[in-house]
Amino acid sequence: MSIRIDRQRCIGCGKCAEICPGNLIVIDEDKKAFIRDPRDCWGCAACVKECTFQAIQYFLGADIGGKGTIMYVKKENNLLYWFFKKPNGEKEVIVQNPNDNTTY
Amino acid sequence: MNFEVKMLKTDVLIIGGGTAGCFAAVTIAEKAPNVSVLIAEKANIKRSGCLAAGVNALNAYITEGETPETYLQYVKEDYENIVREDLVYTMALRLNEVTKKIEDMGLVILKDSNGKYLARGKRNIKINGENIKPILAKAVESKKNIRVLNHVNIIDYIVKGSKVIGAHGFSINSNVFYIIIAKAVICATGGAAGLYRPNNPGFSRHKMWYPPFNVGSGYAMGIRAGCEMTSYEVRFIALRCKDTLAPTGTIAQEVKAEFINSKGEYYEKRYGRPTTYNRVFSTVEEMKAGRGPCYLKTVGISKEDEQRLIKAYLHMAPSQTLKWIDSGRGPSVENVEIEGSEPYIVGGHSASGYWVDTKRQTTLKGLFAAGDVVGGCPHKYVTGCFAEAEIAANSALKYIKDKEFETIDISSIEQKLNEVQRFFTNTSPLYTTEELEEAMQKVMDVYAGGISTGYAYNLKGLQVAKERIDELFTLAQRLRAEDTYQLMKIYELIDRLYVCKVLLHHLEARKETRWRAFQEFVDYPYKDDENFLKYVNSRFENGQVKIIFRSLVKKDEVYEHKD
Repeated sequence: MSIRIDRQRCIGCGKCAEICPGNLIVIDEDKKAFIRDPRDCWGCAACVKECTFQAIQYFLGADIGGKGTIMYVKKENNLLYWFFKKPNGEKEVIVQNPNDNTTY
Repeated sequence: MNFEVKMLKTDVLIIGGGTAGCFAAVTIAEKAPNVSVLIAEKANIKRSGCLAAGVNALNAYITEGETPETYLQYVKEDYENIVREDLVYTMALRLNEVTKKIEDMGLVILKDSNGKYLARGKRNIKINGENIKPILAKAVESKKNIRVLNHVNIIDYIVKGSKVIGAHGFSINSNVFYIIIAKAVICATGGAAGLYRPNNPGFSRHKMWYPPFNVGSGYAMGIRAGCEMTSYEVRFIALRCKDTLAPTGTIAQEVKAEFINSKGEYYEKRYGRPTTYNRVFSTVEEMKAGRGPCYLKTVGISKEDEQRLIKAYLHMAPSQTLKWIDSGRGPSVENVEIEGSEPYIVGGHSASGYWVDTKRQTTLKGLFAAGDVVGGCPHKYVTGCFAEAEIAANSALKYIKDKEFETIDISSIEQKLNEVQRFFTNTSPLYTTEELEEAMQKVMDVYAGGISTGYAYNLKGLQVAKERIDELFTLAQRLRAEDTYQLMKIYELIDRLYVCKVLLHHLEARKETRWRAFQEFVDYPYKDDENFLKYVNSRFENGQVKIIFRSLVKKDEVYEHKD
């Protein structure tokens, strides 16, 4: 369980560092975010939802059965789009409306 | 590292901006707009504590046909009568009112076509709770008299006589050391994870159910200050989805999935009453007998139900959703494997924590507590934490009336600063904080009933563990920090060691086995109502844990601290 930060996409805004409940993310000298130790991530996805550039990819460690699919989130008009990208390139998306009163 | 010392004053200091802390702050702000409130939070209140990922049900609610009395009855039965009835009942009385309050703040609660809340079980209702923490944070930010200090790690209370008059701590992002003077303090820091070797000790070591960042600091501060503590031996072990440690209740309740072993047998009923502890115990027993792995039987559920489950987990445990999508095998085609978690100390689910009076004041004057740090009141969940926060907030408000700020002794502050600074000047330690943490977790796992022994422990093992934990205390004093983040890690380790020390004494004191798996004392394998229908309490005095047995407190009693 952890995250990987895409340095190409990261602009160093620091929102993820601000939000991580474990104070695990810091901004380095190149103005890029990095996680102090990927083993310390809880997997709450707070940073994934906070990042407006989809620079944070969430994945399952191999020790808990991970097979390489990554997850990232895009927020638009109060909707959360959860993207899942499999190693073979296949993509899935789940849309979540926090105001939906009936669906789940 | 040279600290810049900052002194702050606030009427009420709330330590921990999680579920209980935020709600307590809002309660005070609404009732008394002229009272200043300061929340000191280790991370950022927008996503800190247990609810960082969200939650998809409110599990403590009085649904139609139920009453606060029936809620109390359920809690009593589930925890074999060792609960504080006064605390559970006064909490239950407020559950529905605080639910309305969080709905008014913006939480979406699912409703049927008649506008009634959708119940999921006898005591729970369904919500869209992914954003519950941002909602709480927004409510806090809308109040002018609340100030929030994010990324500040509080390490100890400031005690004058038998009164708490503030707390001190340090910033994790800068070199500021805070001295906060307050007329009253509310501790709302949460429970403790990571005391025992976790389920996934390798790369995914922090993939726990309870937040790995909740290390029991509130307990440890109280222990060091000499507060009376209760029921640490009532550990909480969660039955969870294997690997992700995601909750199982949603599956069990939404699609009525039952537990089966590898032979496909429904084993739960073989083990007596389906209490919370018995569900864990029965699963452990099936595994020991070689009939594992165990599962929630979901194969055959409809594709629509599968989609609902996949979506529901995004509200609280996205790792489980990812697990289903990553494997390409959803719950309709593959049963969900289950396992017991590492043992946690957490008063919101079981009974461990501060010994408080009915008003939620601890045994130190001016120190109140709410949420997972409070003992004697299991099955609080989110709404119970809100209810308790309200009670603590009201009591703190009453307490500060006509009170002035106390003066503090500067030499005690200097002493504290020196104690903290020492970790920056310690030279060439042999061990790292991480290594000592692993050592602690291994000791607790092997000798104090962790996963590897099927949660069972015996007297000899507890004695070994006590010695080893004391040795780790000594080693921890020699650790070195390069920055304030590493300093926080050292304090987290020390706090966990205090919790372990008290826990070991409690495990030893309750010479019976009352809650299978949660408290499995091999030398005393049976329940002993004659001698142990009482609370095991303790106080830390002169470096020793002193055990105190207390009689049960009943529903309509108003409990006050006397001795």
